[in-house]
This record gives sequence, C-alpha cells and structure tokens, in this order.
Amino acid sequence: MADEARANGAPSPIDSSEVGRIFREESGRSIATLIRRFGDIDVAEDAVQDAFAIALERWPVDGLPPNPGGWVTTTARNRAIDRLRRAARERELLGQASVMGPEPFDRDAPEEVGPVQDDRLRLIFTCCHPALAVEAQVALTLRLLGGLSTSEVASAFLVPEPTMEKRLVRAKHKIRAARVPYRIPEDHELPARLPPVLAVVYLIYNAGLNGRAQSALCGEAIRLATVLAELMPDEGEVAGLLALLLLIEARRAARTAPDGSLVLLADQDRSRWDRGLIAEGHAIVRACLRRNRPGPYQIQAAINAVHADASTFQETDWAQIVALYDQLLAMTPTPVVALNRAVAVGEVAGPAAALALVEDLELDGYHPFHATRADLLWRVGRRAEAGIEFQRAAETAQTEAEREFLRLGGRWGARSP
Amino acid sequence: MPHYMLAAHTRQEDTAPALTDEEMKASWQRIQRVEADLKSAGAWVFSARLHDPDTATVVRVSNGDVLTTDGPFAESKDHLGGFYVIEAADLDAALAWAARVSEAIGNPIEVRPFAGVAWEPGG
Repeated sequence: MADEARANGAPSPIDSSEVGRIFREESGRSIATLIRRFGDIDVAEDAVQDAFAIALERWPVDGLPPNPGGWVTTTARNRAIDRLRRAARERELLGQASVMGPEPFDRDAPEEVGPVQDDRLRLIFTCCHPALAVEAQVALTLRLLGGLSTSEVASAFLVPEPTMEKRLVRAKHKIRAARVPYRIPEDHELPARLPPVLAVVYLIYNAGLNGRAQSALCGEAIRLATVLAELMPDEGEVAGLLALLLLIEARRAARTAPDGSLVLLADQDRSRWDRGLIAEGHAIVRACLRRNRPGPYQIQAAINAVHADASTFQETDWAQIVALYDQLLAMTPTPVVALNRAVAVGEVAGPAAALALVEDLELDGYHPFHATRADLLWRVGRRAEAGIEFQRAAETAQTEAEREFLRLGGRWGARSP
Repeated sequence: MPHYMLAAHTRQEDTAPALTDEEMKASWQRIQRVEADLKSAGAWVFSARLHDPDTATVVRVSNGDVLTTDGPFAESKDHLGGFYVIEAADLDAALAWAARVSEAIGNPIEVRPFAGVAWEPGG
C-alpha cells in the first residue's frame, strides 16, 4: 500500500489530526460499501476502525495515498476478510458449521469504489428506517455516515456515553434481528421513506445550531444533505433541505454576539452573512421554483432566501414571506408553522393582528411561542403581561444563551434598560 | 427466509360499537383475501386465533409445588387475540403484509422477528 502511494507521486507530510479529519470524511462511504459486501454493520465498523489504526500509523510516514477513500475501503475490506476467516477457522476448530460458507471473499477482486456512491444512500435509508425510533435514527446516522465516535454522538445529544452506546447496540441488533433491509426504496415508497431521512438531517443541523459547542454537527448535516442531493437529483425536497441548511448556515456567525448571547434576525449585522453560501442557496431555490413541485423544505428555503435578499430588516419583503407561509401552512398545518406565519403577519399588519393569531395556538411550553407572545404584548403596550410572558419564555428556553436573552426582556430589554 | 409473527392485539374494553353483521362479513372477506394472497405468495406458514384472556390459566412450579391460577399471566388491557406466522424476505416485506392485515381487521399489528423456528423437537 505504501509503495503504491510512493509510486503515484511524492507523498505530502500529514499529521494525525489531519488523518482523523480525512478518515472521518471517507469512513461513511467505506462503512456503507462494506455493509453491502459483508451484510453486517458490526463487521463493517470494526474493519473500518482497523483501517483507521493502520492509517494513523502509515499516513504520517508514507504520506497520503492518492485515493484515500479507495485506500480505506480496500484496507478495511481486507481486514474484514482476515477477521471473518479467523472466526470461520475458530468455528471449524470448535467443530461448528461455518456460517459464512466456504471462502466467499476474493481478496484480489478489485473493490468497487468511486462511482458506486449508492451504498451511502442505502445506508441512510437503513439508519432512518421508520421501524427505528427517531433518537436511534439520528445516532446511527451520525455514527455510521458521519464517522462520529460514540462519545461524540453522546455529547452532541447530552446523554451519557453508556446510554448512547446502549441505544446504538439496540438499534443495530434490531436491524440484524428484524432484517431491516439495506436497499434504496423504490419510487412508490419514497413518499413514506424520504421524510424521516430529511427530518434526521435537519435535526442534526438544529442540534448543532442550538448547542454552541456543537457546530461540527451543522457541517455534518450540510455534508449529508449535499450527498443526498447529489444522489437523488430529482427529489425537490432533498434540494430544498440543502438550500434551507445553506441559507441558515450563512447567518450562523451573525446569530451570536461576541459574549455568546443571541442576536435576533432584526439586529444581526448583515455584513457578517456568508454571501457565498447565500448564492449557493439561492441557486438551488431558483432551480426548485423552475421544477415547480413545492414541498415544506423548499418553501422554508424560499422564505430564508427572501430574508437573505434584504439588505436591512426593514427592507424585508414581508408580504412575500406571508404568502410563502400561507403555502406552508396549507401543506403542514401545525401550530409551529402558524406561529411563524403570525410573526410575518405582524411585520405586515402590525403586532395586534399577529397577537390575535397567536392567542389561540396550543403551544404552551414551547419557548418560541412564549417569546413571540411576549414580544407582541410589549409592542401593543401590554407591558405587565409581556413581563410575565418573558419569564415563561426564559423558563422554557433550551440553551443558556436564550435564557439569558429572554430574562433580560428579549430585544426590548436590551434596548430600554 | 426469516419468519415473523404478525400479532393482532386487541383492547379489552374497547369502546368502539360492536360491528354489525354487514361489517363483520365485509371484514371477514377482507381477511380471507389477505390470507389467500399470503398463501399464493408463499408467505403463509401458520395462523391462530385465541379465546379471550379470561379463559387462560397460569401454571408455575415453585419448590416442587404446582401453583395454578385463573386468568392471564399479565393483567393488561391489551391482549393477544391471534397471530400469523409468515415468511418474508425482510422487514419491509413483513411490514407490508402487516399493513394489509391491520387494514382488514381494523386493529394494530405487532411485527416481531422469530429468533428461531423448530419443526422437530430440538430443532
């Protein structure tokens, strides 16, 4: 392997953190390929872990192989064959029948790498199978496709590592015992099978957005969405999700002040928005509009595109945003969408109109509801009620930054001491 | 091929009004259609309906004494009313059959994979 690398060009020096980064990028594809090949998630995971140990040893000395992804897959495949042969020999020695059958693996067969990206698509549909609980779907996706360690997944979702370990083991056991299939759903199955996949990617992004130290999850979610969009170019909602994430990501830096506190859309320094990401997001939204098969993610992306278009908060085309929310609410009539629509209505028709829309929503305990209601009460001059509502919002907020912001009276507290 | 149990759970004190003769007949016909399809697809293995849980008896042996008690093992509002044992290529295929059975009988179906199936003692 090392000789190959030398023969294909001068190796560049590489340190172990760089090995870790590259490995993480490549591991999802390798695991997906090996699961197809060996029909077992644990075999694939162990083999890729073995390959990582070898890479840590060799890459810093020999340099990066010309095709790191192919190297990882081939090395891991060979390790898996070695492990399985050893296990088969042990079984023979114990006088048991070999489950794996006689020598089914040809070490010299060229491994399919490169264009066969579909394995990752198979894997994400297995990870996000509706027979698995959402927490298990998210954990499996991050572990197997994102290349995160169990402890990284655990800390991302604020659960102890043994709990996460148990969750992963249980999910993998169910996949094996119940034979959750490893295949891409057919077209007629996609309407039922695609939404959980998109929801998991969106959930991963939001976990990154709301936990200050977990911004790696945002990048991971965007990477997954990009892969999905490449592999399913005809699915408007996949493109819509990618555009939505890019447009939210473009504003992420401007969302937090230097002291870590939250900055509302109205107060963000728009020069800090990432114009490159906005341009990418816009291009996808335009392609979605041309395709004209709207769905909830595409519409949310369009809403974010309108925000990105405005050079100041006041210049936002709120009428357009209300129209998009009308469409979204018709498609997904949930109280959360109704709440967001009410906020937009407030910018067009004033806070009293928005407050009337908000009052009947059954969202007690959902902190954006309390924060919005508090804000609207303040703006119509019902200050005492607003104060109580801000407290309620602070109690229900998920992160310390949000709690602090709301305890100080949201955007009004910050302005009027 | 893997085996799955499609278990039909019913709720003891279901407040739903009793089915009319017409509805009963329609439901029966739907079930027969699903069963015929299971058979012709080669998925059918076995099916059974159980009497109500109040016909159950639990036996347990403790220190050589046989203790017999009236009633089901678990006091629960939900109980197993009957089940199918089917063969299916994977979970998706089993879930598709479960959906058809659930639609026919109007009750949820629990799908569970078998860890082993024996046709002979010790198999």
